[in-house]
Amino acid sequence: MSPKTLYDKIWDAHVAHEDEDGTTLLYIDRHLVHEVTSPQAFEGLRMTGRSVRAPDKTIAVPDHNVPTTLDRAKGIENEESRIQVEALDRNAKDTGIHYYPVSDVRQGIVHIVGPEQGWTLPGMTVVCGDSHTATHGAFGALAHGIGTSEVEHVLATQTLIQKKSKNMKVEITGKLAPGVTAKDITLSVIGKTGTAGGTGYVIEYCGEAIRDLSMEGRMTVCNMAIEGGARAGLIAPDEKTFEYCKGRPHAPKGAQWEAALNWWKTLKSDDDAHWDKVITIRGEDIAPVVTWGTSPEDVLPITANVPAAEDFKGGKVDAARRSLEYMGLTAGTPLTQVEIDTVFIGSCTNGRIEDLRAAAAILKGKKVKDGIRAMIVPGSGLVRAQAEEEGLAEIFTEAGFEWRLAGCSMCLAMNPDQLSPGERCAATSNRNFEGRQGRGGRTHLMSPAMAAAAAITGRLTDVRELMT
Amino acid sequence: MEKFEKLTGVAAPLDMINVDTDMIIPKNFLKTIKRSGLGVNLFDEMRYDDDRNEIPDFVLNKPAYRNAEILVAGDNFGCGSSREHAPWAIKDFGIRCVIAPSFADIFFNNCFKNGILPIPLPQEQVDLLMKDAEKGENARMTIDLENQVITTSDGEEITFEVDSFRKHCLMNGLDDIGLTMEKVGAIDSFESKAAQERPWV
Repeated sequence: MSPKTLYDKIWDAHVAHEDEDGTTLLYIDRHLVHEVTSPQAFEGLRMTGRSVRAPDKTIAVPDHNVPTTLDRAKGIENEESRIQVEALDRNAKDTGIHYYPVSDVRQGIVHIVGPEQGWTLPGMTVVCGDSHTATHGAFGALAHGIGTSEVEHVLATQTLIQKKSKNMKVEITGKLAPGVTAKDITLSVIGKTGTAGGTGYVIEYCGEAIRDLSMEGRMTVCNMAIEGGARAGLIAPDEKTFEYCKGRPHAPKGAQWEAALNWWKTLKSDDDAHWDKVITIRGEDIAPVVTWGTSPEDVLPITANVPAAEDFKGGKVDAARRSLEYMGLTAGTPLTQVEIDTVFIGSCTNGRIEDLRAAAAILKGKKVKDGIRAMIVPGSGLVRAQAEEEGLAEIFTEAGFEWRLAGCSMCLAMNPDQLSPGERCAATSNRNFEGRQGRGGRTHLMSPAMAAAAAITGRLTDVRELMT
Repeated sequence: MEKFEKLTGVAAPLDMINVDTDMIIPKNFLKTIKRSGLGVNLFDEMRYDDDRNEIPDFVLNKPAYRNAEILVAGDNFGCGSSREHAPWAIKDFGIRCVIAPSFADIFFNNCFKNGILPIPLPQEQVDLLMKDAEKGENARMTIDLENQVITTSDGEEITFEVDSFRKHCLMNGLDDIGLTMEKVGAIDSFESKAAQERPWV
């Protein structure tokens, strides 16, 4: 047998049908659903008299539109948002899929709830009408976002029509320096490859620095594979993965656990597997980074200065000029002199317990600078509960952060959590596009520790200066 | 799905790289539970000012391009989220073909599901088509899917690649789900085999 990558192995295990030209019906093990990209798909089923083929493999949770304020039990004020969430309530009930409504303590961002509840397991195919489905690749699952037509296709057939992607290996060797996190890894990779660098590929992240990451950190890395243009990002499962999965509500138990474990242990790329592209970065070379522009590839170490448009080539010169103007930045300014108005810690990239611990470690005994609006939005109700149990919530509120309920919140600002025009935000989310966090809003992406540091000083800050 | 065979129309030049889905259709328009009616909000934040007046400089607001059916754009078009609202908005505006050096993966897939033909071409060819599009409404391009040829307003021909299955679906306006349903036997047998091999799934 020819040597295979992990992606090859998962792909091969899910081919339900293959045409001569390679067009494949790929079987889907888990279909995650949220309220924004699913109403038209359920409506399509109704109009064609089709049903959900595998309700047991379909899991829904509202997250994009839900308010994160403590009074959300009173309902959603915005009528369109409310209608979308109500449509999901109704569609879930009518079709018998698994559902975590807004009132359920387990509700949260779909990509945090899936792993937390043990729906996401190694070797699975996982899809969702959301580009950050790549997150689940941290478990050694093939996970990617799909459009609404494909949501309907999966609901009706439990398969997707696919062509295989190419294999890319991204190796992070050695150890990370203090103050450098999973977020700095994933942003640094995108900074190096560009946002189109992964187009046509599935990325496998490997190397000592990746192995050293917790499952939470690995989810952060895979989450942003899509920002690098890749169809999916994944990491071979290991003892940390199995330990994370064990005992979760929907993870296998007893003899089935043992059987699963036996298969999961085979899920790694063969030593002589073929890679179409290889990127290697030394862990020691990665610094705490921030983005300066309006593309996730606009990444620089926090110690750098704002670049000039002329520093770039080709179409990027105009793009950088536009970004600098939009961001209100002047070339040559040290990034650490850029003052911020707002701090947002949360999202499917950095809304897990480890992210909150990292922020709390910086914030303990400190205060948010006067005039800075700062909020922490846990990724799920269970993350929130755990943070309260660990005493993190107290650290946040004492520092002056708002401590919110779970949801996507200001990452994409579909709910009331938005930036105003010109408002500058240190954010732990995944996209710094124009208008992403609110029309005219200016987003700098960074790690939770860096965002916490910015909250204290009121400017972009090298977290290493605050570490003791 | 509406068939795509041959299209002759005005091409609008949007000479920007990394046009993301938040630009194509901002999130405030994702709250709809319908697929239609998004054309008026295509490129909303670039097209209208804070008071909802049209920004005259934006390409689709210029008289020559208000009825554009083709869009020529820069590298990595459609990057960002999986929102199918992006191709829905493009289609609803009246654009049926987007030409760029490269496309983001999910956006590219979503186009084919909606009767839109995305054509990736080498940068030099996109540059040539961009120049052609900049001539305005008298410069009409033709996209011939069957023969996989773009003809510029000067009569210059550029060939392009397209996946054969996707071409077949576009040219015949086929519904993917219907096609897959014909293979339900294969799905059934895969499912029973997988249930034996991986009963925990």
